[in-house]
Amino acid sequence: MSLSTVEAKASEVPAEDPAVKGIQGRTPLQLVVARLRTDRVAIISIVVIVLIVALAIGAPLIAAITGHGPTDTNVDTGTDANGQPLPPGSAGYLLGTDNLGRDILVRIAFGARVSLLVGVLATAIATIVGVVVGLFAGYYGGWLDSILARIMDVVLSFPYVLFAIVLVSVFGSSLELTILVIAFFSFAAIGRIVRGQALSQREKEYVEAAHSLGAGNLRIMFVDILPNLVAPVIVLATLLIPTAIIFEATLSFLGLGIALPTPSWGNMLSDAEGVGFQAWWFYIFPMMFLLLTTLAFNLLGDAVRDALDPRTERIFAGRRKKKPA
Amino acid sequence: MPDPSEDGDVLVRAEGIVKHFPIKEGIFFKHQVGSVQAVDNVSFEVRRGETLGLVGETGCGKSTLARCIMRLFPLTAGRLTFDGADLSTLSRSQMRPYRRGMQMIFQDPYGSLNSRRRVGSIIGDPLAIHKLASGVERRKRVQGLMEVVGLNPEHYNRFPAEFSGGQRQRIGVARALALHPKLIVADEPVSALDVSIQAQIINLLEDLQGEFGLTYVFIAHDLAVVQHVSDRVAVMYLGKIVEVADVKDLYATPRHPYTNALLSASVVADPDQARTRDRIILSGDVPSPINPPSGCRFHTRCPKAQPICSTEEPLLKRGAQDPSGHLAACHFPVADGEKLASEKATILHTVEGFLAEAPT
Amino acid sequence: MTRFLIRRIVLGIVTLWVIITLVFILYYARPGVDPARELAGRAVTPQLLANLNKEYGFNLPVIVQYWNYLKRLVPWPGVFNLGISNNNRLPVTTIIAQAVPIDISLAVGSAVIWMILGISVGVLAARRPRSLWDRGATVFVLTGVSMPTFILGLLLLYVLYYLLTIHGIAIFPKPGSWTPFTQNPLEWAHDLILPWITLALITAATYSRLTRSSLLETLGEDYIRTARAKGLSERRVVYRHALRSSLTPIVTQFGIDLATVLGGAIITESIFGLPGLGLAVVQAIQVQNLPVVIGIVLVASFFVVAANIVVDALYAVLDPRVRVS
Repeated sequence: MSLSTVEAKASEVPAEDPAVKGIQGRTPLQLVVARLRTDRVAIISIVVIVLIVALAIGAPLIAAITGHGPTDTNVDTGTDANGQPLPPGSAGYLLGTDNLGRDILVRIAFGARVSLLVGVLATAIATIVGVVVGLFAGYYGGWLDSILARIMDVVLSFPYVLFAIVLVSVFGSSLELTILVIAFFSFAAIGRIVRGQALSQREKEYVEAAHSLGAGNLRIMFVDILPNLVAPVIVLATLLIPTAIIFEATLSFLGLGIALPTPSWGNMLSDAEGVGFQAWWFYIFPMMFLLLTTLAFNLLGDAVRDALDPRTERIFAGRRKKKPA
Repeated sequence: MPDPSEDGDVLVRAEGIVKHFPIKEGIFFKHQVGSVQAVDNVSFEVRRGETLGLVGETGCGKSTLARCIMRLFPLTAGRLTFDGADLSTLSRSQMRPYRRGMQMIFQDPYGSLNSRRRVGSIIGDPLAIHKLASGVERRKRVQGLMEVVGLNPEHYNRFPAEFSGGQRQRIGVARALALHPKLIVADEPVSALDVSIQAQIINLLEDLQGEFGLTYVFIAHDLAVVQHVSDRVAVMYLGKIVEVADVKDLYATPRHPYTNALLSASVVADPDQARTRDRIILSGDVPSPINPPSGCRFHTRCPKAQPICSTEEPLLKRGAQDPSGHLAACHFPVADGEKLASEKATILHTVEGFLAEAPT
Repeated sequence: MTRFLIRRIVLGIVTLWVIITLVFILYYARPGVDPARELAGRAVTPQLLANLNKEYGFNLPVIVQYWNYLKRLVPWPGVFNLGISNNNRLPVTTIIAQAVPIDISLAVGSAVIWMILGISVGVLAARRPRSLWDRGATVFVLTGVSMPTFILGLLLLYVLYYLLTIHGIAIFPKPGSWTPFTQNPLEWAHDLILPWITLALITAATYSRLTRSSLLETLGEDYIRTARAKGLSERRVVYRHALRSSLTPIVTQFGIDLATVLGGAIITESIFGLPGLGLAVVQAIQVQNLPVVIGIVLVASFFVVAANIVVDALYAVLDPRVRVS
């Protein structure tokens, strides 16, 4: 009876109406992309990030072109007649060599791989764990929330560098451990925000509506609530990447991150510190690339936040160009 | 498990439904220090195909009662049967198959639709949850539903924010219809809408009732709306049903003093009549549901209260001159033609008279 | 209020206990660990291992070891005992007592600078949003959050110490200089000025951002409009009414930051060769000097837990709403 009525009505509607596509609402993501495209600072940040990604991907190519591997101590050409490192601009060594005669340009390129890999992977793990923990804590509440929220508070307030070096000293330094340690100390930042949002979202009537339709808890958490949290999570994740990159560089600088001789920007600076200040180019290039990367990600994070929340007016957005109609 | 005492005419039977929300306190370990007695020992039935109106002030427990019928939380006590099946103690997952037979329409057309999901996905959600249709099939059914409730099926891919309040409520109605339920519990479905839109939604609900053979539990605080849509009406006060009757009996001969007060307070379209009729102004505030009055819960504000009212709780029973379905929970029901106007009403008349005479 | 404090203190003790237990598992009871071997450090002999096993009771059941370990951490004179450094056989408490004055000096000096700098930059930016001041503040904040501490430290050392010194202008002390305050306050400040600036600049960025957003939010409140409407001077509105209630998040941040520095500013101390807890823990980790590592981790955790309690109590005083819940 009632079923057939609806079906009868349904059959009158053409299954694929070409007009339907034309009036699709824009998703929040499409809106953000549209806003970012008119934001000068965001474009510059993205260009810088793309260039650094290209440098990381092209690292073996650079090694092949220059003929110097990242860990080659170029005994014949890498040092001058007195065994001193070569300054930038020397023949074959665009950015000079270090005290062991290694090509700084090639090492920077390989260091970019480490920084980006650690930054992106650690952030990805931290985001997934943070979202899951935050959703469970905020949605279920009660004792589960008390415990999870307390753990996140403790992780957030503790001197993470100290605990990171303790962990690394116990388990030995490696790329995997570095990523895990950074993810562990970062997940709480996402988890706390997600928890707070989930706490307020679960009181919304649409959650009750989903419940009355027969949706299970997991479905409500991940299909109904999660899409409402995408905006803050994207912003936080973008801002976590530079934090993770700094974290890795700091651990490596202390000799507890990426093990030598694999180059990372942090352990290159640690090497340089051991040598002294005479050869400024040991310092300046890893510093420059590190700063450029973290700055680009931070600027992009700010831009994404503003694009997601049109109420905030950013100072550096410049005049947003009107798109041609 | 069908109940032998159940006659086929009754879709929902509630017996002694109790819902208390615990109040917890404690430094480390929370312990219960009291409870909000939102719904307390309520019994009623909903007959197949009828509309049962549920009225009462804000905070009287009518929304909680609606959620009890929907089993959106565990009942503290009582027995709830739906279409012959006992739902009182089912777990959340055991409830799932029964949700196909009962659906809810919510008060807030903004909060009850997930603003991050497209309309098509919202209306199709019940079909997805119960795995009834997917892909093109689901889309066709959703677009059919959209047409049924008066929405343009081409707006399938829009977000709720692109619709007006009335249209959003139609989306909520379409979602409730998707599973072809027997019962729809409408929790103040029009009170968040403009008056001009309210009539449209009410007419839609009435049309759908005829078309799909629906049974409604219709909650509202607007007595005129309830009078218009309901076959029978139940009046709630502080977690209890104080009177239930066919709509014309209840509005013509209200027996419970609270029902009288409620009816006398409703808005009357004619200003002359509004000024001259008797209004019962209740003294004091609604008592706290954490610590409700003893005996009859209304005795603290009742113009007819006697000593017995504070000691003995009146049961719902039929008055001698009333038709069989008219029950009231009062030791001293209001007789035909009895005047209940309190002294304060005169003061109000004076103020209104003063305002009427004031130079403009 | 008292109940609130009791709850906080008990939670703090539980947190400390969890950390103490985790450290115990990590160092003494992790699967496959041989604590005697790790305690012995580099110069391992079977005799030494046997002695260590006897001295520390590593042959006892784990639960007994745990009990003994917990027992000596009871903060009571004569009971409390962090063990003996296996480097120079000094009690760990003595080593910590020697290092703590450096961390206190570091914390006090830099905290004064970062609070003054951070809050005033934030206030300037919030008072004139989108002005030149605000733009300058944003550059300051973004650079600060993108800048790894060790890069700023190295840059300051390179420019202010190395470059000036080789040009004959030796106004800043060489790394590793340290004079106790009681000996010569002027010399004390002179030796600490670069570490102070390093720590303060990085930290001040966070405070500027916090102050700006918090103050901007408060300035949009209705009671500020009321204050303006009744004719108060803008100065009075900002400093008496708005800034006061904007300071609560800053107090929280300050307590935790101060405690973190007190527990050892690892990077700053390493770069400037300051013999505080941070440098001590890095050196102890490098030579596997477990008693010192554990001692410092516990002390640093204690500082953070204590700071959290103090901050919560202060918060309750500043914001009456906290007391109620």
